[in-house]
Amino acid sequence: MKRFFWPLAIFIPLVGFLAVGLKLNPREVPSPLVGKTAPAFELPLLHQPDKRFAPADMRGKVWLLNVWASWCESCRDEHPLLVDLSKKGLLPILGLNYKDRGADAQRWLKQFGDPYQFSVVDADGRIGIDYGVYGVPETYLIDAAGVIRFKQIGPVTAALLQEKILPLAMSLKK
Amino acid sequence: MIPELGHFALIVALAIALVQGTLPFLGVAKKIPSLVAVARPAAQGQFVFVAIAFACLAWAFYSSDFSVLNVATNSNSRLPTAYRIAATWGSHEGSLLLWVLMLSVWMLAVSVFSRSLPEDMLARILGVMGLISVGFLSFMLFTSNPFERLLPAAADGRDLNPLLQDPGMVFHPPMLYMGYVGFSVAFSFAIAALLDGRLDATWARWSRPWTTAAWVFLTVGIALGSFWAYYELGWGGWWFWDPVENASFMPWLIGTALIHSLAVTEKRGAFKSWTVLLAIIAFSLSLLGTFLVRSGVLTSVHAFATDPKRGIFILCFLALVIGGSLTLYAWRANKVSPGGMFELLSRESMLLANSVLLIVACAAVLLGTLYPLFLDALGLGKISVGPPYFESVFAPLMAPAVLLAGIGPLVAWRKGDAADLLRRLRWTAIIVLIAALFVPLLFGRWALLTSFGLLLAFWILGGALAALIVRLRSSTKITSAFAGMLLAHAGIGVFIIGVTLVKSYETERDIRMLPGDTATLGGYGFRFEGVREVDGPNYKAARGTVIVLRDGQTIARLAPEKRVYLVQNNPMTEAAIDAGISRDVYVALGEAVDDGGKEGAWTVRIHIKPFIRWIWIGCLMMAFGGVLAASDRRYRIATRRQDDAANAGATALRSGTA
Repeated sequence: MKRFFWPLAIFIPLVGFLAVGLKLNPREVPSPLVGKTAPAFELPLLHQPDKRFAPADMRGKVWLLNVWASWCESCRDEHPLLVDLSKKGLLPILGLNYKDRGADAQRWLKQFGDPYQFSVVDADGRIGIDYGVYGVPETYLIDAAGVIRFKQIGPVTAALLQEKILPLAMSLKK
Repeated sequence: MIPELGHFALIVALAIALVQGTLPFLGVAKKIPSLVAVARPAAQGQFVFVAIAFACLAWAFYSSDFSVLNVATNSNSRLPTAYRIAATWGSHEGSLLLWVLMLSVWMLAVSVFSRSLPEDMLARILGVMGLISVGFLSFMLFTSNPFERLLPAAADGRDLNPLLQDPGMVFHPPMLYMGYVGFSVAFSFAIAALLDGRLDATWARWSRPWTTAAWVFLTVGIALGSFWAYYELGWGGWWFWDPVENASFMPWLIGTALIHSLAVTEKRGAFKSWTVLLAIIAFSLSLLGTFLVRSGVLTSVHAFATDPKRGIFILCFLALVIGGSLTLYAWRANKVSPGGMFELLSRESMLLANSVLLIVACAAVLLGTLYPLFLDALGLGKISVGPPYFESVFAPLMAPAVLLAGIGPLVAWRKGDAADLLRRLRWTAIIVLIAALFVPLLFGRWALLTSFGLLLAFWILGGALAALIVRLRSSTKITSAFAGMLLAHAGIGVFIIGVTLVKSYETERDIRMLPGDTATLGGYGFRFEGVREVDGPNYKAARGTVIVLRDGQTIARLAPEKRVYLVQNNPMTEAAIDAGISRDVYVALGEAVDDGGKEGAWTVRIHIKPFIRWIWIGCLMMAFGGVLAASDRRYRIATRRQDDAANAGATALRSGTA
């Protein structure tokens, strides 16, 4: 009676899929920006509002763009890692201060340390739209040609930094 | 001290479960009565210790013992008492403990209310349940201990997820779990019967009330969840085809098929292997649901536990239980003798068609739920499957099932009489069709789908009424099982009316309002009187006042809130609803907006939902119908197995020669 085996035969591949599914991260959404040139912008600096910065200024360098805000809880989780990274001087980190108030942002950096070469101000979040920011913090690795090579949504973790971001950055520098 | 007691009680419960899951089987196999007799006291003892563990955890929450990690992460000293207790099952660990508690309640019930079962059958049933319990208790003790200490203790807790701080959430999980876990009884009956090789009408009669009871709990649980989503999420929707909702809906669909298939097996001795398979699938889907929610493979609002070790543990358990029982099924199901014969037009074939439709509908839901996972696992990209898929697949599958359910109660067992059926339903069909065509005009807008939805609803209501009239005219007594069936079918009709009218005629507006502004929607006026700050026990809220007017008369003062819970800093929308049997007026606060420098402007969302209450009233009718059916007198009469077996054999013989 072969027909009694059908339920089992259907169930076995299902378990296989579930097992593979366990290793996947359903929250991980590949960014369409990876492999594309970082969207251009020109924004004032947080500490020197009369100066302006554009990503083109960083041509020839491999750098990190970190989107942060003083109101963002999980930015505090990743912040010590960034401060640590900036002390090592492996690669320049620039901040994009997102939908924040200037005074709050400066106070926050004073309190928790400032890992950024400088931060630029995106007060109304318009540049955030170009970059597809939907959860602060987000971090972009941009290569010497100005192409986004990696995007992290949510806080950077020590493991991610050691295993993914830094090796990728080092290989891009060569 | 109390948490350690709870932890210890869990370990004792695991030890008892191990005994319960092994010795009775050995006793039955070797015919040692003293080992067979272990099952009953073991089940009762297990209940006692799981209940102690649960009480200990509840006490830790009640007394805000923040040296317990689980309490520190899911409670807060400012959380109101009722929610502190409900927080016991608000976390991953706590909800597992609730699962095991429900399982032990069912085991206790089986051990107490099954005096008429033969001892060896009972021993096997409780043995299977004991093994399920072993799996869940070890899952808890090895990967998700609810009593883990946090040293040094936290000064205060991180609070319960604000979404769960709601009266609906106090009752929704226990009801849902009672239903989920209740299918383990039918499952264990099926496995015991497969092991035993005795699958007969008596087996179906024993299984029926247990299955119906579990189905009732599941129905109420799902309805509560839907009601909660409606007023708590602030979008005005009542079903989202979210993976976790689907996880509870799939066992419900199969459970519904199982209830009907069991009826055939009891009355006619047919569909035995099919019924056994449905019993296995219903519980398997409950386990799968637990896996999907607890492992986090499908992210959704509900998936608050993501830990690969836990996922692997449940997956192995799932593979063992489901794989094991399906193997047993493949091996033993062919031993089951085929039941009585039946004609194409008969209640049997209608019920068979219905259970096939329910299974296919369930498979479609399963496919939609897991499709993103399949694609991702095959490296074919990330997608999400939304309500459009489910609605366009589910409704066409359910429509014929509902049409059949309208006729079913009027068709005779074994061989229906087509001419008789036509005569009985002729007038019903005409009236139903006319009503379905014209009722939408009362709402001012006719649409084909609205008419069709109403046709289904009126048809099943008309069918139930016709069946009642036929029964009243005949000399047959109306049993509570029959009344329950009709009530549940009528509940489906009421439910469909609600769904159809809401879908067709709901209206909503998003408007920016200054204090004093008035907006109109669907014949109602809404005067916004501004927003003021209020302090709750553990939140701050902006509470708006909206006066609802009809013909210039105030009919309701609504107070929608936008809350910010202090500990987790989460904003929550508390909609305000003026409920009514023919419509709900639903008002939610959006955001404070800056309106040209004027203070106090807010976006306000207003919905009018015609007949939405009918959705949940229909569910309650189904559940109450289930209660009536399960309490039928014949289940309480101890039957001697030989009599029944002889009867079933005789029926089979008669129909075989017919």
